[in-house]
Amino acid sequence: MFILPPFKSLQKQIAASTKADVKQALVASHAGIDGLAALLSPRAEEMLPQLAARSAEITAARFGRTIQLYAPVYVSSFCTNKCAYCGFSAENKIERRVLSLDEAEAEMDILHRRGFNHILLVAGEAPAKVGVDYLAELARRTRDRFAAITIEVQPLSTADYATLFKAGITGVAVYQETYDPIIYKQVHLSGKKADYDYRLKSPARVAEAGMREVGIGTLMGLANWRAEGLALGLHLAWLRKHFWRTNFTVSFPRMRPAEGDFHPLEETSEKQLSQLLFALRIFDHDVGLVLSTREEERYRNGMIGLGPTRYSAGSCTAPGGYTEPDSALEQFSVGDHRSLPEVCDAIRSKGHDPVHKDWDAVFQAGQPII
Amino acid sequence: MNITVNGEPKETSPNNSILNLLNELEINAQTVVVECDNTIIKQEEYATTILQDGAVLELIRFVGGG
Amino acid sequence: MLEIAGKTFRSRLFGGTGKFASAKVMKEALMASGSEMITVALRRVDLNDPEDDIMANLDRDHFWFLPNTSGARDAEEAIRLANLARAVGNTNWLKLEVTPDPRTLLPDPIETLRATELLVKDGFVVLPYMNADPILALKLQDVGAAAVMPLGSPIGTNQGVLTKFQVKIIIDQARVPVVVDAGLGAPSHAAAAMEMGADAVLVNTAIAVAGDPVRMARAFAAAVDAGRAAFESGLGRQGPEASASSPETGLDFLR
Repeated sequence: MFILPPFKSLQKQIAASTKADVKQALVASHAGIDGLAALLSPRAEEMLPQLAARSAEITAARFGRTIQLYAPVYVSSFCTNKCAYCGFSAENKIERRVLSLDEAEAEMDILHRRGFNHILLVAGEAPAKVGVDYLAELARRTRDRFAAITIEVQPLSTADYATLFKAGITGVAVYQETYDPIIYKQVHLSGKKADYDYRLKSPARVAEAGMREVGIGTLMGLANWRAEGLALGLHLAWLRKHFWRTNFTVSFPRMRPAEGDFHPLEETSEKQLSQLLFALRIFDHDVGLVLSTREEERYRNGMIGLGPTRYSAGSCTAPGGYTEPDSALEQFSVGDHRSLPEVCDAIRSKGHDPVHKDWDAVFQAGQPII
Repeated sequence: MNITVNGEPKETSPNNSILNLLNELEINAQTVVVECDNTIIKQEEYATTILQDGAVLELIRFVGGG
Repeated sequence: MLEIAGKTFRSRLFGGTGKFASAKVMKEALMASGSEMITVALRRVDLNDPEDDIMANLDRDHFWFLPNTSGARDAEEAIRLANLARAVGNTNWLKLEVTPDPRTLLPDPIETLRATELLVKDGFVVLPYMNADPILALKLQDVGAAAVMPLGSPIGTNQGVLTKFQVKIIIDQARVPVVVDAGLGAPSHAAAAMEMGADAVLVNTAIAVAGDPVRMARAFAAAVDAGRAAFESGLGRQGPEASASSPETGLDFLR
């Protein structure tokens, strides 16, 4: 299994990087893990334009001038975990809601009519409200309409992931949130999510079950972002070595205002987020990099072509929020409020093609092709 | 009685063991593997394995190769 | 140090024992090469020359024998040879070669994969010789190959690493060691493979048929060391100057 070196040692490795190390990482055909450490270091900050140029060059070569688009559908705000930073945290006194299968399908249909082909189903971690049967049934009902249906819910067993794959789920996002075990313990107060090791092993189970795509990520604002970046790189490299059939994506959502009174433990600026993104692109040429609507319009427009490959658009983070737009039950408030056509126009105006699909869930093994 | 060794017909005395045959052929038993009627014979069984009339033997060893 | 199936090797140059003018020259050249792993083939004993024994010339405490299945045309033939090699050599290590086309001696990917899976289950440490196909390398790794041995160019062509793009992908992706085999006709070819990050190279013909095999063996050893050192030191990217030294990428939008 994947074993992460002590978090402090990651910070030390990064801090020891020299300007020469950064330059070497920029000219090497593959930066390697030492190169990633250098690119994440303070020494690399003054070379941010060079990082951006190299990242843009690799992204164009590997992904072409395209941006993939998706939208989240929040199906439940029930959660059994107490997480200090999350609006859905179990102890928050909020009105909670789980969508019926019909309601969830209606939300997906709205997004389908708006032109979305990739849906991310999101739920708080409450298996009794949204479990394997629920997700499998929703996938079976909707798989013929969507290119990709991915999920961000509680971690599951390999067998459950395999069941969902057969039902039509194409990918799973399961973020570590923070790779620093000490901070992890501080912010994950109770519930299944409090088990750091179980969470860390989850992406491998997803891949083992045959899912086409696995998303890993960290929540920016919890621990030292540079070390998180190196940990992400190490985790990604390990996953690639062991699951070569799987496509991987990385997300680094920055903390947004949410229910509760949690304030970020570490501030991450746009420049730093950009440095992290460029560094990971230079480290792994083929990884999908996700930039969600947590970031503002200005930033998302500016980053087109520089490294990110996947944007969410027109997002609502409350269960039922597309059907009833005035819902107040959101997990967090977004930073980019544009509709899908508006985001597509921005992508096109930067010389890129908004891509809605690169696969069809209906082709997936276990489903007869009609 | 008649046997075949590496594709060549040979005569040998009845009740001869593999070890005796190798000695007759001046082959160091430590350096070869003997396949008798498509079965590999273990080295420690060379002395006790008695050849049958019509047996087909392959005597194999390492040679130069890349 | 190079590690394959739990065994470590200081030298990253694997030697072959074929095509030498004499057993004496072979031994001297292999000693000069510094190789610790050498390949051997299996053949019928020549009943007219029963003393011709490679084992008598090479100290097995010094050289780790890697029997090959040369001549096998399908998985069944390779498995038969593997079992014979295990019996004669007292080793479960195997360089698996399945080459149905006698003209090119190119390896059969389907039979090689099938034989690897069966031999691994039977307890062999299998190092399959393969075309430089990255997906095949991963599938061989998945069924338990201890290393993969992609070819640089077809056997005996002395063309060097013509498959460099595929070999580079294999090196980047594989969990098991990658040994570039076949077609390395000059020390510079071996150095090139090592600079790309190959874990080792296997050289036979180029040393065996050189005018002075002993000196050529030393030249290959030096080239392998140089290539490895260059790889470990971190080479610059080659190719057109696509990334200008003064980038125009505007980051003015950042706050």
